[in-house]
Amino acid sequence: MGAGTRGASGGAWRPNPVARTVLIVLSLAFAFLMLVMPLLVVVSQAFGAGWEAFWRAVSDSFTVKAAKLTAITTVTAVAANTAFGLAAAWALTRYRYRGQGLLTTVIDLPFAISPIIAGLIFILTYGRLGWAYPFLEAHGLKIVFAVPGLVMATVFVTIPFVARELIPVLAARGTDEEQAAVLMGAGFLRTFALVTLPHVKWALVYSVILCAARAMGEFGAVSVVSGHLRGKTNTLPLHIEILYNEHHYREAFAVSAILVIASVLVLAARSVVETVSRREVR
Amino acid sequence: MFVELREVSKRFGSFEAARKVGFSLAKGTLAALLGPSGSGKTTILRMIAGLEAPDAGDILVDGQSVLGLAPTRRGIGFVFQNYALFRYMTVFENIAFGLRAQKRPKAEVRDRVAELLALIGLEELGGRFPAQLSGGQKQRVAFARALAPRPRILLLDEPFAAIDAKVRRELRSWLRRMIGHLGITSLFVTHDQSEAIEVADRIIVTNGGRVEQAGEPIELYRSPATPFVARFIGESTVLSGYGGLRGFEGAPEGASCAIRPEFVRLFAPGEPVQFENSVQEGLVEGLAFRGDALEVTVTVGGFSLATGYSLERPPLSPGQAVKVLIYRLYAFDGDRAVLVGNRLLANGGGGYNFQI
Amino acid sequence: MTASRKTIPGFGLTMGITTSYLGFFVLLPMISLALRAADLSLGEIVSVATDARVLSSYRVSFGCSLLAAAINAVFGTMLAWVLVRYRFPGRRMIDGLVELPFALPTAVAGIALTSLTADKGWIGAPLARLGIAVAYTRAGIVVALVFVTLPFVVRSIQPVLEELSPDYEEAGRTLGAGGFTIFRRVVLPELRPALLTGFSLAFARGLGEYGSVIFIAGNRPFRTEIAPLMIVTRLEEFMYGQATAVALFMLLASFAVMFLVNRLQIRAAAFAGG
Repeated sequence: MGAGTRGASGGAWRPNPVARTVLIVLSLAFAFLMLVMPLLVVVSQAFGAGWEAFWRAVSDSFTVKAAKLTAITTVTAVAANTAFGLAAAWALTRYRYRGQGLLTTVIDLPFAISPIIAGLIFILTYGRLGWAYPFLEAHGLKIVFAVPGLVMATVFVTIPFVARELIPVLAARGTDEEQAAVLMGAGFLRTFALVTLPHVKWALVYSVILCAARAMGEFGAVSVVSGHLRGKTNTLPLHIEILYNEHHYREAFAVSAILVIASVLVLAARSVVETVSRREVR
Repeated sequence: MFVELREVSKRFGSFEAARKVGFSLAKGTLAALLGPSGSGKTTILRMIAGLEAPDAGDILVDGQSVLGLAPTRRGIGFVFQNYALFRYMTVFENIAFGLRAQKRPKAEVRDRVAELLALIGLEELGGRFPAQLSGGQKQRVAFARALAPRPRILLLDEPFAAIDAKVRRELRSWLRRMIGHLGITSLFVTHDQSEAIEVADRIIVTNGGRVEQAGEPIELYRSPATPFVARFIGESTVLSGYGGLRGFEGAPEGASCAIRPEFVRLFAPGEPVQFENSVQEGLVEGLAFRGDALEVTVTVGGFSLATGYSLERPPLSPGQAVKVLIYRLYAFDGDRAVLVGNRLLANGGGGYNFQI
Repeated sequence: MTASRKTIPGFGLTMGITTSYLGFFVLLPMISLALRAADLSLGEIVSVATDARVLSSYRVSFGCSLLAAAINAVFGTMLAWVLVRYRFPGRRMIDGLVELPFALPTAVAGIALTSLTADKGWIGAPLARLGIAVAYTRAGIVVALVFVTLPFVVRSIQPVLEELSPDYEEAGRTLGAGGFTIFRRVVLPELRPALLTGFSLAFARGLGEYGSVIFIAGNRPFRTEIAPLMIVTRLEEFMYGQATAVALFMLLASFAVMFLVNRLQIRAAAFAGG
């Protein structure tokens, strides 16, 4: 490292003022163009015809139904993936056995696969030509083109979020505290809840927020398995697509505005969690 | 015997952590498992606790095998090297954890924790979190936490390793007093021989997954059973082919030995020389002041030996010729160490007579 | 130290949950894909592999994803540099906004970007006067992919830059090097592994991206049709075999890219080791 050069350059690093200005201006311009303008255009289009038009679009019965369905799929997928993430993080970091690497790879798989392919594989399994279809039909179950399919596709796409966030945190911490708890007679649940969970609580909150954001906005996988039955299998993003394709632009942007607000809230929550958890570490 | 290990073996892959380890501890003993890092001592401790399972052999507590028992049921108190205090619980909650896990009544939990806090002298700090404690305080809390459920045996993994040198000495005598006062059978792991000698009633020396020797500290010092123990405990100089030393001429070709500083005596020029015919000429190589005495390095018969030299005696300087007497040494014979006296001395030099 | 299974309880429970969950949600559907793929006749594979429309969709997907990842490698690195090294008003807000593409539903991003770049949009109108069309062209696809994959590059590089002491740059400066030389010779080599990771993540995500692209692309066969859309189209025509074949080539391609990057990563790590 440049320890010997500190004196020569006079201590603190001083940026070249011209380069600094140029780079900051370029970055601000890029960020404004790519990140801020899309938000502005949604808000402007949504409220362009006034508050009433916005409200009419948002309170439309199909929009409300889509919002409910989005809430259902998001809550179910996040709850399931949180339970899974906690179990997987425990199973992958508290013990040593062969095949741990393989298991991690399988958890990561949904990130490497296009959402469209995710939708496709559920169709190939549970769809009319899927091998599980006769069984489903015999029991009067419907997965593809129905709510269970939407939930399952959303689960698939968001599987890695919680597990991937928790695994490094737990792995870095070792197992001494759990061993101490067990030697003092604590069972699994007591050890997990009182000893392990407090260590990962911020990582957990953080990952749940991101998982919820992704689940709420999932489009490709859900689009493939939904069958686009308006009022039945339309989530908010799919509803936006239908409105947009039918040239109801105003309405499409009004519904989008709800999701924009939700995602800005997610970003704010994320940054609050980060600040709070950093403070706690110190 | 209260704790007994019988031919316990354990390997991790190709690494043999324990090879037919056997030793036993009487009730109330404070024992040390002493050995260099990688000698298997921590593995032995973890096997007694049930944190690792031996591949072969048996571990008995109070006459009964504990191998079938889950760690929880063995009645073990364990102090981890880095204490493993629960970071998100107060000192009080840390100590109460084991009692709560056993579903003891609230009043009992409160009383027991208060009693232990008083015992470790931290009554005021029950509400603090581990991060707000000093290293020494953390160790005391870990100790109290391990004792709270009244274990049969207390195991401590390098209990002083994470503490700075100043506090360490104080904590050693504190721990010794505490354990003596409680009378609990205890075993701690250390790589520091002075720690083991100062604190333990009994030392088990491990090396390469084997027990080299077990016994009282003074016994290990006085009669090391193996070359490893002779080298590892106390100071000594190890020589190879020592047949050139006067009084040890019969030594087998190329044999090794260890010589402690107190086995060597120097006679300065002009000093009356005892045992005139057993001494040989030597040369002062270097002098180092050790506070209450000098440490002299002397060349004799082609070897460098270290020995103590009182400040009261005639001064020495480097390059000076002296007369050197070697009373005795530990001769290495395969994996045994044998005390051999200078055969030119009237009593054979074997009377290693010091007392405490 | 990780303990043996016997010491810490809960192995059976958590392992059971983990494997059955992954089995049900990931492996079972993946097996269906493998089964369907094994059922494909040679004819089907050949017809897909030689279908001009499919081939052109691959070209569009790979080309646009590569270009978007490359653009982000430049602008993302610049953004990360500015966010880490300089203090200026609005820095914290931009730092937060960088993750907007992760949080914003892709369909919303799609219609917002389309509306911006269409010939009557805020950005599209001035460009149209210059004779440049963005929406409904491949340029539009690239814009959507740049948006969606920006956080991958920035968030890969930022932590490395934060760790990288300005001492390096100082050392270069005292040796008489100019600003850009220092960046190129001193900083960039340190960033290379992270940049590679960010680039490959962006590329892989771009290949699979659907929601934001279909609005802005115009979806004209042979021109602006992406591979994921080909799968959807074939599915809607109930040609499951063809859809599977298209998906299979895509999967193989993206796994190959990930594998290649992994190997490069290992080699880079070997160099960085000293």
